[in-house]
Amino acid sequence: MTTVIGTEDLLRALAPRVLGAVVRRYGHFADAEDAVQEALLTATTTWPTAGEPDNPLGWLIRVASRRMVDHYRRDDARRRREDLAASWSVTRADPDTVPEADHDDTLILMFLCCHPALSPATAIPLTLRAVGGLSTREIAGAFLMPEATMAQRISRAKATIKESDEPFSLPTPDQRASRLRSVLHVLYLLFNEGYISNSGPDLARTDLSGEAIGLARSVRVALPDDPEVAGLLALMVLNDARRPARTAADGELVPLAEQDRSLWDRSLIIEGVTLVTAALQLGPAGEYVVQAAVAALHDQARCYVDTDWSEILSLYGRLERMTGNPMVTLNRSVALAMVDGPRAGLALLEEVAEQMGHHHRFQAVRAHLLEMAGATASAMDGFRAAAAGATNLREQQYLTKKAARLAAELP
Amino acid sequence: MRFILLQNYGEVGSGCGPMPEWSPEDISAHIRFQQVLNEELTESGELVDAQGLSGPERAQFVVSDGVTAPVITDGPYPESKELLAGYRLVDVGSADRALEIAARASAAPGPDGVPLEQPIEVREVLSAPDPEV
Repeated sequence: MTTVIGTEDLLRALAPRVLGAVVRRYGHFADAEDAVQEALLTATTTWPTAGEPDNPLGWLIRVASRRMVDHYRRDDARRRREDLAASWSVTRADPDTVPEADHDDTLILMFLCCHPALSPATAIPLTLRAVGGLSTREIAGAFLMPEATMAQRISRAKATIKESDEPFSLPTPDQRASRLRSVLHVLYLLFNEGYISNSGPDLARTDLSGEAIGLARSVRVALPDDPEVAGLLALMVLNDARRPARTAADGELVPLAEQDRSLWDRSLIIEGVTLVTAALQLGPAGEYVVQAAVAALHDQARCYVDTDWSEILSLYGRLERMTGNPMVTLNRSVALAMVDGPRAGLALLEEVAEQMGHHHRFQAVRAHLLEMAGATASAMDGFRAAAAGATNLREQQYLTKKAARLAAELP
Repeated sequence: MRFILLQNYGEVGSGCGPMPEWSPEDISAHIRFQQVLNEELTESGELVDAQGLSGPERAQFVVSDGVTAPVITDGPYPESKELLAGYRLVDVGSADRALEIAARASAAPGPDGVPLEQPIEVREVLSAPDPEV
């Protein structure tokens, strides 16, 4: 059994390198991606019994290249044959040559898959397939979607990329920053999809968070000097460190204040704190670095009350000025309540009430601060309203129980 | 054979109030019951999908003639008891088995562990024509 798991891990690690090599040789990202998927599938079925080849990377590149050529042979379209012949003559290389610049290939693929012309909902599955080496079936399973629908989504994503006619190379320096932002945003959303799933019965979809962390690690290897890349990876591992304490044995959500901190993953916390420290030295802190700094303060606190709330308050102030996102104001009002008392937090909440008043997160935060202020009846109503608007099953159950607990306290 | 087991916000046989009025322990016991049932149906290979829906307050109704702007009505909807609260989609060997699962779901515990007697609507999902036909 271990050899099977070993093979899978190896294949997934090699996937972006194989794809990079095949695209470099033949062009045609969309077709190359299909050919690589077929090669990976062939390896999955033959390696466990026949044994791994001596040069797995060369083997995969050779099999994928052969698939690519087979497809073109079957294809009657003259233009495509001519295209292939043209690209062949320039880059006809020894199939066993290990391509150089592997990290760059992974990065180029990330930029392509997280192309701004794609919505995150299409960029995420494409990234998981092309860079993460997951099969369509696995991706569909993680998103609780029919395989055919997911396959269609991926092929439409590839069609969009084809239309964009982007060369297989790193973006130009003037585009680089905005393109990197797209990549980081897609990875951030993928992590969150796994961490708090918006649909389905499971609070955390372990696999997707793990995939996001793995992809962020490979971006970090390719861009070790970018503070936001380090910041995003730090944010992910610092949140992931708390995951074992986030759900009770019966699957119910445990809020930060009530988590058993001895369950937190120390090695991830150390990694995250080291990354944040490094990120802060690399340059001015962006959104992800600031959020990671907040997460680091939570992860290093002995208990909820002992947390460095005044530092968190100032970090959220910075983040609010940077993003203008009212969701940040919700978080800042909790920090303010911990520093200056719940009434101060409630007063701050009023500033975004008009904009956010109907959002269940706003209602939940407000109810939480009302509870802190001893306004039990209003807090109970607030938690009920928040539960009614919740879109995550576990959150909905948590908020309903919160309201029930307060109801039991009422005279 | 596939069946969908539907439950709405209507009154339950035991006559108890809605979940937000229960004790935290009773809520936990109810949630646990639903999880155990889903785990069992997963293990038996019968569960296709189980979902709870967001509350009736978030419901919206859309009517369109396909030409002019659609008419969208926001909640809360006056007949919210008729709205769907959640469903289980099961793939079972017989209609009797679907009814058996529905009976289990109907007896989910309410306040003080008293079975809710929640009405469960059992509907067979239309299948593709039999290849012999």
